[in-house]
Amino acid sequence: MIFSAQGLAKRYGRVEALGGVDLAVDAGELVGLLGPNGAGKSTLVKIAVGLVRPSSGTATVCGAPAGSAAARAALGYLAELFRFPGWYSADELLALHQRLARSAGGERERRDLLELVGLSDARDRRVEAMSKGMQQRLGIAQALIGSPKVLFLDEPTSALDPAGRRTVRRLLEQLKDRGVAVLLNSHLLSEIELVCDRVTILLDGRVVAEGAPSALARPRGVEIETDEGVRLFDTAAREDAPRLVEELVASGRRVYGVRVLTSTLEDVYLEYVGEEAA
Amino acid sequence: MNGAMTIVGYAIKESVRKKMFLVVLLLTGVFIGLFWLGTNELFQEVDDISPPAGIDATTLVGATTLGLGMFGTLFLGTVLAVFLTLSAVRGDAERGLLQPLVVRPLGRATFLGARFAGAVAVCALYVIAVYGATVAIVQLEGGWEPDRLVAPAVELAVAVSILAGLSLLGSVFLSATANGVAVFMVFGAGLVAGLLGQIGEALDSETLRNLAHDASWILPFEALYQDGLHRLTADTGGFTGFVLQLGPFGGAQAGGDRLFPWVVAYVALLAVVALAGFARKDL
Repeated sequence: MIFSAQGLAKRYGRVEALGGVDLAVDAGELVGLLGPNGAGKSTLVKIAVGLVRPSSGTATVCGAPAGSAAARAALGYLAELFRFPGWYSADELLALHQRLARSAGGERERRDLLELVGLSDARDRRVEAMSKGMQQRLGIAQALIGSPKVLFLDEPTSALDPAGRRTVRRLLEQLKDRGVAVLLNSHLLSEIELVCDRVTILLDGRVVAEGAPSALARPRGVEIETDEGVRLFDTAAREDAPRLVEELVASGRRVYGVRVLTSTLEDVYLEYVGEEAA
Repeated sequence: MNGAMTIVGYAIKESVRKKMFLVVLLLTGVFIGLFWLGTNELFQEVDDISPPAGIDATTLVGATTLGLGMFGTLFLGTVLAVFLTLSAVRGDAERGLLQPLVVRPLGRATFLGARFAGAVAVCALYVIAVYGATVAIVQLEGGWEPDRLVAPAVELAVAVSILAGLSLLGSVFLSATANGVAVFMVFGAGLVAGLLGQIGEALDSETLRNLAHDASWILPFEALYQDGLHRLTADTGGFTGFVLQLGPFGGAQAGGDRLFPWVVAYVALLAVVALAGFARKDL
């Protein structure tokens, strides 16, 4: 287990940010963390990377207690709200983090990471001269310094354009193939649905749903296109589709298409957290 | 150690890149220029002064102007120390600058210690350079040198380092603005205590002297400044020494043998409180 949280709770005064969360992330697994604002997602990630101390419960990173030097040596982190000193160039910033992360990757690692996030041409550009999207991509490169075993990404695509998001999506898939575990905190449900193996939905500091996006999805009927138009069989499941087609053909209808309907991750999410909270 | 040196380098680089550093350099240029002009004028008029028998006018003018120079150096050094450190923890955390650094396997104690070392390196060099400039101007214009040359510079540097430590401690608990206000008020309190001590000296008031003495132990940067001032004319006696004591920078008290051990203990105490606060702080 690369990351594990057991009974993790955090209180800020009277406010309960986390109310006993259990979560596990394996090597090469990409887990999405979902929930409305104030659900405790960022608090959970901050405990994992050692920025926040839990009120109770335990969290480990690669077997070491979260927040310990060994745990921090094994992880990469991109905060939701981050800023890099404006006077650093992209290359200088990565060099700074190489020294702090004790990475021996040298210039090659910096060059590869900048290429990976599409910033090869901005190697010598100062951070203050970069757009927010470029800074976010640089932040991802910074998180990958030292080849971490687990990545904690808090809203990594919030400032990216569609092309930037696709770059990050491909990057996450590459990391997964390399065995890197990723805990991805994002409001972009479509992103999560596309890349994550599992999702965990938090509400008021508690896990309300967990599983693969396909397993969480609910059947919403079967839609069949005939010569009389589209007919919806809203109580039918995928297994019912061949029988329904047979019955329609037997009754003299021409069938042009069949679609098995399932709820999207957005539907599932709204079902658990409610329209108001979302 | 490598990580600590990286943060020291980062802090120094950050210090000299800040616009505020440029402002301090400009103010320093203005201060040095005015100080030079004033010193030149005063020493030109020394020849026209006919002081009472036993008073050395050159020493009187030299010690007074250099005392003023030390005060200006301490003030500018404090401005620099405070602005370099006032947002080192909470302020930087609120802006998102701190988190990417402290998640690295470095340790918060190492991080804070390295930030302090970086600020001290910049401030100490600055204070010693400005003090050296004022001494050079006084020597050039009036041919007067203080009785102790190096010790006041070291004491000014340590005094500014204590203020950097206080500001760094404040940055753990307070927002940047609140911390800046608090540290300047503490600095002001120290100066007021020093002035009360000098008034007490002139009026021979035991109460005021005790008050200033106690305050300088609570705020040892003031005791160091006073001790440095005292050392400028440590060997000057007679009527000149007496008249100097009545002047604005002359009633300074010697710190005594216990001052430096107390300064070390004080800085250690600041470090313990700051590290304990930072270790428990949620970022």
